[in-house]
Amino acid sequence: MERTKQLVLIVYILFLMIPIYWLINMSLQPNRDILGSFSLYPQNLTFDNYRRIFTESGWARGYLNSLTYVVMNTVISITVALPAAYAFSRYKFIGDKHLFFWLLTNRMAPPAVFLLPFFQLYQTVGIFDTHIAVALAHCLFSIPLAVWILEGFMSGVPKEIDETAYIDGYSFPRFFIFIFIPLIRSGIGVAVFFCFMFSWVELLLARTLTSVDARPISVVMTRSISATGVDWGMLAAAGVLTLIPGALVIYFVRNNLARGFALGRV
Amino acid sequence: MNKVENNKAWFLVLPVLVLVAFSAVIPLMTVVNYSIQDILDANTRFFVGDEWFREILRDSQLQAALGRQFIFSFSVLAIQIPLGIAIALCMPTRGIWVAVSLVLVALPLLVPWNVVGTIWQLFARGDIGLLGVTLNSIGIEYNYTRSAAAAWFTVLAMDVWHWTSLVVLLCYSGLRAIPDAYYQAARIDGASRFAIFRYIQLPRLAGVLTIAVLLRFMDSFMIYAEPFVLTGGGPGSSTTFLSQFLATMAIGQFDVSRAAAFSLIYFLIILAISWVFYTIITRSTKD
Repeated sequence: MERTKQLVLIVYILFLMIPIYWLINMSLQPNRDILGSFSLYPQNLTFDNYRRIFTESGWARGYLNSLTYVVMNTVISITVALPAAYAFSRYKFIGDKHLFFWLLTNRMAPPAVFLLPFFQLYQTVGIFDTHIAVALAHCLFSIPLAVWILEGFMSGVPKEIDETAYIDGYSFPRFFIFIFIPLIRSGIGVAVFFCFMFSWVELLLARTLTSVDARPISVVMTRSISATGVDWGMLAAAGVLTLIPGALVIYFVRNNLARGFALGRV
Repeated sequence: MNKVENNKAWFLVLPVLVLVAFSAVIPLMTVVNYSIQDILDANTRFFVGDEWFREILRDSQLQAALGRQFIFSFSVLAIQIPLGIAIALCMPTRGIWVAVSLVLVALPLLVPWNVVGTIWQLFARGDIGLLGVTLNSIGIEYNYTRSAAAAWFTVLAMDVWHWTSLVVLLCYSGLRAIPDAYYQAARIDGASRFAIFRYIQLPRLAGVLTIAVLLRFMDSFMIYAEPFVLTGGGPGSSTTFLSQFLATMAIGQFDVSRAAAFSLIYFLIILAISWVFYTIITRSTKD
């Protein structure tokens, strides 16, 4: 029994890893090897593709742009989601259930629906092609998710803690920042992970709301294909580089990962 | 938990409300506004009422895309939910392999969506990809840019690769939350493995499974970047799903009003189905 289980898991993990291995394999080969000869491992190992990405300006800028709006989005989302999640987990107020569902509907809205109005709204306000534009647009999905996750974690903290703190003479802001936030640290870590993840992987809005100055890495990748024919080696290398932030973030939250995916609700 | 009635809590929710309203309500109203007008240029526009909606609903291309979208979403759920449960049951429960397998399993979720397309493009191409070359060399005709069946197979395989892990992680956390006492009781009763799964594990997974179904349904229904990069919606329009159809209409052809009417219909479909799921979730957590 244990044997079969291990086998199934190993097969599944192999299925996940083989395409990634193939990507890495391609990124380490020169283009003429990729197209010329089929081989399971790089015949002529080269880091040329990576070197070119770091020296040609568009690529490095692309990474920086992506990271900038992802971080902005994460900071904004968590800051506003914390008090809101506290309100949902502790209080009853007029329209609370409707408000919660309305927030969730934004997570459900297909990004394609908002393409055009976002484009025009941000042009009118004058923030088109800036990092903050993409960050705000991504807030539409990340804030509801952050509220949902944090609410799940906060509901797990007994209410007696709040009451004891008030009796001890803590004011609400002091209690919230110095007692409550440390208690749900792992929940915040998980919420950060999700905000980061959804903003990092999204393409459609990031692509529509930027043109030159804030162009994200994913767009640099798609553009480079059409401009010069397909440069497979470089495309693969860029792909490998986009995996790194994700892998790092997973590593940091690995202990809370499973609970986080259940939105704190297990 | 019994909550206190306090309407001052609105002040805590206010920042979220303002931010999300700016990004959601204004654009949504813009969409509604466009959808009931015929806009020729910035100054010439006519009120046309529900005409666009009628036209959209009769559009045969759109009906085809909608049909494909439903087939895709249901195949995704039919494959990923059982597979996800099975893999979650196979995950190790203690030791250092827990962290290792969690990190490995979660990795595809963190890959940018267009890079997922790129990975599978490189992996499945008939001339340079491992999968494509292998299939062709054992005698199976496989070219996802030519045959619609191959394109569908590739897009589905890609989505299974990309998202099954979400179901695995959800179910895994659900399984971890079952107290050991349940299993001990089952052992005393001499329950079979299947009985343990059917009467202990599955019911306790109900909560996380609804979340999994909800998230997987929503995201597969909005899928855009991955097939866009992999197949470009082709061959023909065999893998053109709703989001791509809409994006082409809105940004490609700049057909504002039709796109707006379509957006609203699209949104309403997702909203209706998600509301059903949401009601089920809140019911089940109340019990």
